[in-house]
Amino acid sequence: MQDESLQEARRQLEICNACRYCESYCSVFPAVHAVRAFSDGDLTQFANLCHNCRGCYYACQYTPPHGFALNLPNALAELRQDSWEEFAAPRVVGRLFQRNGLLLATATALCLALLLGLIRLAGDGGGEGFYAALPHTLMAGIFMLASLFPLLSLTVSLRRYWRATEGEWIRGSQLLAALKSAATAHNLDGGHGEGCNFEDEDRYSRARLFAHQLVMYGFMLCFAATAAGTVMHYLLDKPAPYPLWSAPKVFGISGGLALSAGSAWMVLLKLRADKTLAAPSAWGGEIEFIALLGAMALTGLLLFVLGSTAAMPTLLAVHLGTVLTFFLLTPFSKMAHAFYRLAALIRDEQCKQQR
Amino acid sequence: MSKDCDIVIIGGGNAALCAAITAAETGAKVRLLEAAPRSYRGGNSRHTRNFRCMHEGPLSVLQDSYDQEEYLQDLLKVTGGNTDETLAKLVILETQNCLPWMLSQGVRFQPALSGTLSLSRTNAFFKGGGKALLNAYYRRAQALGVELLYDAKVTHLQLDGDHISWVDYSHADIEYRIAPTSVVVASGGFQADIDWLTRAWGPAAKNFLIRGTPYNRGLVLSDLMQQGLLTVGDANQCHAVAIDGRAPQYDGGIVTRLDCVPFSIVVNQHAERFYDEGEDVWPKRYAIWGRLLAAQPEQMAYAIIDAKSQALFMPSVFPPITADTVEELALKLDLQPQALRHTVDQFNAACPDGDGFHATELDGLITSGITPAKTNWARPISEGPFHGYPLRTGVTFTYLGLKVDKRAQCSTADGPVKNLWAAGETMAGSILGQGYLAGFGMAMGTVFGRIAGQEAANHAR
Repeated sequence: MQDESLQEARRQLEICNACRYCESYCSVFPAVHAVRAFSDGDLTQFANLCHNCRGCYYACQYTPPHGFALNLPNALAELRQDSWEEFAAPRVVGRLFQRNGLLLATATALCLALLLGLIRLAGDGGGEGFYAALPHTLMAGIFMLASLFPLLSLTVSLRRYWRATEGEWIRGSQLLAALKSAATAHNLDGGHGEGCNFEDEDRYSRARLFAHQLVMYGFMLCFAATAAGTVMHYLLDKPAPYPLWSAPKVFGISGGLALSAGSAWMVLLKLRADKTLAAPSAWGGEIEFIALLGAMALTGLLLFVLGSTAAMPTLLAVHLGTVLTFFLLTPFSKMAHAFYRLAALIRDEQCKQQR
Repeated sequence: MSKDCDIVIIGGGNAALCAAITAAETGAKVRLLEAAPRSYRGGNSRHTRNFRCMHEGPLSVLQDSYDQEEYLQDLLKVTGGNTDETLAKLVILETQNCLPWMLSQGVRFQPALSGTLSLSRTNAFFKGGGKALLNAYYRRAQALGVELLYDAKVTHLQLDGDHISWVDYSHADIEYRIAPTSVVVASGGFQADIDWLTRAWGPAAKNFLIRGTPYNRGLVLSDLMQQGLLTVGDANQCHAVAIDGRAPQYDGGIVTRLDCVPFSIVVNQHAERFYDEGEDVWPKRYAIWGRLLAAQPEQMAYAIIDAKSQALFMPSVFPPITADTVEELALKLDLQPQALRHTVDQFNAACPDGDGFHATELDGLITSGITPAKTNWARPISEGPFHGYPLRTGVTFTYLGLKVDKRAQCSTADGPVKNLWAAGETMAGSILGQGYLAGFGMAMGTVFGRIAGQEAANHAR
């Protein structure tokens, strides 16, 4: 399956290993330089450890038109995409969605239609607030199922990743170090804190780091809002709607703002960056995924503002439709990178301890 | 004839950019003429990785101290005293001011790379290497309003008495003639012109590989030489090292270097050894092997190691040629199998008994009864599989260049040329007569680039 991308990554990294000028940009190069002959598992690990900061490309003396034709961010991105398709469960779905923005859009439309249909059928079921449009049991039921599936799928995928990269039993210190790296997006700071080379060729900029963290923390706040709502509903017997100064609202609004701003910023940056330094075939799918995140956040915010108007049922359908698509496609969209990246960071901590 | 800029800088590498930035910082109108296209801009600086820097105490990534005297002694050692001490001391002293200046221009440093720890006290490594340094300088130059022209080939500088009257260059298929107030030449050596090298070296040069840019053809240097500019250095002196014989003709850069020689026997096409492979640790010896190879038939040789040495040196970009027996390896390398067997047997019999092998220091394991002896790391080549690396001469840059004074000014026999300065490899012969010290090329380029830029700006005011 990924022979071609493995071979190309190996060819390029053997050149890198003889040069080593990029040692201080990120975690990839010290990991590469510690190995003399790269196994397929090593290459997969390097590919998933790479954050596509592009420092190494703009510093490289061997980029085309040089005959060595190095474009490491691209080679690792292609291999990364291939590995996600390979590890996806079920595999065939992974192959369908990773590089297919159109399918992603179609799936979104289908989820929207489903929710709209449900709301038409079940609307005015006597509930309060949003539950007037869609009864709580139905809403919770759908999303329970929809979140169980990605959970299962990702568990299988990560086991596959761990086996392929010969991962070991995880220690608390390794997990902590990896989480710290993810929390600070350390690998996007260029190694000197000035950021990566993304939207303006070789200029160091922290724009991508900030945009990414806005998306990440925004998403986590939104997730926290949902979790808080679940706890309040089931454990504290306090069903929605919630007042402004409540955990679901505070988390939801701040997260929604961060996520929509971060998504918009990220799309702008991606439009300015050179597509050929990542996997060009995945570009469309990535943009649609970010758009989906943004839409999810924006419709959530709109619901907060327009929740008591006639637009609510339609808006609710759109919002829940995007959320449903997001959940179902998490293992097969760009979202999967969060899980693989964390796994790669943990594996890197393990390898570091052996060097 | 137009004078639409004050200062013309010829070249696009480290020295040229240092000159352009320094001049532009004074407010002068600067045009930089780089012969290469944008993707190959930067001359040999593209392939560099560090800057040898004097420091009295910890400075940026540099630990401890490295004073002027120690630096000078290191330089005298490799050049065999063939050094202009006044200019060398000037460069050394000025490096400590350069490093903070480089930081202020956007250059970033990193700790010494893995496998180069011996340089961690003396050499500041550029984060990402020389191309990243150039990127920072080009960005800075652009921000200062320097007019950057790529694919701009200078064809002639008109010397009239004590000044340059005009500069001819072509750009995008159009010929231009301009008359700037000041001119800085920073366009490197002539090593990419194999014909010139052949005139200086003899036919051997046809087999040389050029480690860096194919654009350093010495056009400006030869134009100025023909008009009587004073030069310094011999045309056959250059920085030449042993590199992998499979490297491309030009631009192979750092990844073609081979660090295996001290752990090997090196044989020529007759499968005979010709020099002590274990004379000293590799960083102190790699610069003499370029000349040693040039003296062998077809300018080719082969480093032969066995399985126990394979992991002792940095991997190179080309995998070794490998075989289970010495004879088989000989066939793959196009050597006479019996001859190589004989050389290996003789060498093995001459190796000392017992242990004491130490890869990173002079271990005193010396052969007895063979000529030439191997004076360190002599271990039998006995454990298969056996590996061979072809070696060729790799030229980094030539030393014949423009003679400058401590203000970087060029002269003729009649005295200084009042509006012409030179910096970088094109005047390296003014300081280096022979030999090479890692990171000194960038030191000379930065120091003299800045001096030339400042002098050119002062003159243009």
